[in-house]
Amino acid sequence: MTLIDRAPELGRPAGEQPLRGRARAGWLRRVRPGITLAWAVVVLLLIAVAFPGLLARQPPLAVRPAQSLLPPSLAHFFGTDQSGRDVFSRVVYGARESLSIGVAATAIGLGIAIVLGVAAGLGGRWADAVISRFLEILFAFPSLLLALLFVAMFGAGVGSLIVAVGLGSAPGFARMIRGQVIAVKRAPYVEAARVLGHPPWRILAGSIFPNAMRPLFVLGTLGVGQSIVWASALSFLGLGAAPPAPEWGAMLAAGRDLISTAWWLEFFPGAVIVATALAATALGRHLQRRLEGRVA
Amino acid sequence: MTAAPDAALTAAQAPGVARRRARRLAGDLGGGVIVLWGAATLTFLAIHLMPGDPAVAYAGGVASHPSHALLASVAREYGLDRPVIVQYLVYLGNLLRGQLGYSASQQLPVSEVIRLNVAPTAELTLGSLVLAWLLALVISLLTVRRGRVLSSIGSGLEIVTASLPQYWLGIILLEVFAFHLGWFPATGGSGLPGLVLPSLTLAIPIAGFLGQVTREEFESALEQPFVTSARARGMGEWGVRLRHALRHAVLPGVTLSGWALGALISGAVIVETLYSRNGLGNVLLQGVTQQDMPLTIGVVLVVAVVYVMATILVDLLYQLVDPRLRTSG
Repeated sequence: MTLIDRAPELGRPAGEQPLRGRARAGWLRRVRPGITLAWAVVVLLLIAVAFPGLLARQPPLAVRPAQSLLPPSLAHFFGTDQSGRDVFSRVVYGARESLSIGVAATAIGLGIAIVLGVAAGLGGRWADAVISRFLEILFAFPSLLLALLFVAMFGAGVGSLIVAVGLGSAPGFARMIRGQVIAVKRAPYVEAARVLGHPPWRILAGSIFPNAMRPLFVLGTLGVGQSIVWASALSFLGLGAAPPAPEWGAMLAAGRDLISTAWWLEFFPGAVIVATALAATALGRHLQRRLEGRVA
Repeated sequence: MTAAPDAALTAAQAPGVARRRARRLAGDLGGGVIVLWGAATLTFLAIHLMPGDPAVAYAGGVASHPSHALLASVAREYGLDRPVIVQYLVYLGNLLRGQLGYSASQQLPVSEVIRLNVAPTAELTLGSLVLAWLLALVISLLTVRRGRVLSSIGSGLEIVTASLPQYWLGIILLEVFAFHLGWFPATGGSGLPGLVLPSLTLAIPIAGFLGQVTREEFESALEQPFVTSARARGMGEWGVRLRHALRHAVLPGVTLSGWALGALISGAVIVETLYSRNGLGNVLLQGVTQQDMPLTIGVVLVVAVVYVMATILVDLLYQLVDPRLRTSG
């Protein structure tokens, strides 16, 4: 579980920050190694999702008992598991399901958050008071506990895992969207539109909505990275995908009993999850800076 | 603001400050009570929105195969044959009296399960919070504004550690320090050596976060006029950092500490499972996997209470660290 979810600094609505100086020109400064690396990770992940056969030569489900628990080597980059399956292939083929879980959970979280955030931001004083209190109540539960409560109600499995992670992330998103909607509502161009006599629906659709929703790309990118980590943490606890599937969190759960003998079963899937999350965070922050530069 | 002003003196000088502070505390407590009432209501709704008979959930879940006699007694105890509003009031009344129900998976009352498991988790989370602050402060003091190389090493370390999932960090620490080097026990271990790896696992990502905000504030504090004047008086680099800049630098981290405690409690679920430690996190996970609702809800509510109280405490602490808030209210 990373801690990015509740960090207040991410909730800064765009436009509140001073314009970042673009001093020190020159192409050397513009090529940032971190961003390039993040893009490389994303490209590799997309290849793994679309054409896993290009990266991994061995089938992810082929059981070879004679080759069980081999340490990493040139034949098996990430070693093999207790049934002799190639861990590298399983990680590559698992990208599709693990990334889908992250995207679906983020979509659910953002969907709930948009409804709550926009209603609080535009619905007048009472709606704002009620929704803000409700969010405060949700904040009394650490996000993982909200997710665990949901899993306890509806049982373990991929479906409830996705909803649980989405629900856990919704309060944080909702607070950011509410702040953004309120900031945009008070912007001079909205006032200008009102003075010009535009009807409310037109101000809403033409000025408020597009501007308030722009940071969604940032929230979405950051959210997918976090959701993958969260979902894998719940899977690690044994509450996620069923064992034979090559899903990253399920691989972590299956290898948990063997950490003392086969470290590679946990290390490599975990490393891929960390790389994915770091890439998503780096790109999200990058996007955030670019957007802020344009807004200001 | 120069060196630390005497707290008692400032309080005496400004009349009515104590009253203002009391009012603020009362507001905080009132807000906290409303939040907790909402949390209790939410868990009540959770049980009643759940698929299946609420009596089964109260009796310990489908997996425990409750007998008809047990279900009937549970239904009577929680008033399940009466209108929902009565059930709700009975539920709230039970919570207020500290009756959290009976845990079928542990074969004990929930309050008893919590009492038996609270100490190891408190030890783990509080120890980790202290450790996280120590790590964050040491790294900031050593690397902020100490030349480009040291600064980038420090901030890079903070960014990477803040995004490490605890289960993965824990696995690496286990592999290196328990299995390979054999310095610390891998599982259990009630004494201090058994606590080292679990607390490090929890503390390192939090330290990365606290370090990031501390660094930002530290940098701007070192540019303030009071730092220049302290330097002009001939104060050394360490004196400036420890006596003047540090006080400013910890402020945003202090506000984050309440949130950090929540993250630590979440992390305790993972760390206690990984290191096979006893504690609330471990019990909670058992409750969730066996769909033991009284146990799950009991632990979640207790955590919410602790979390809300911690937030209020952090607000008070903030006023202690920042004397400006005491006079301006």
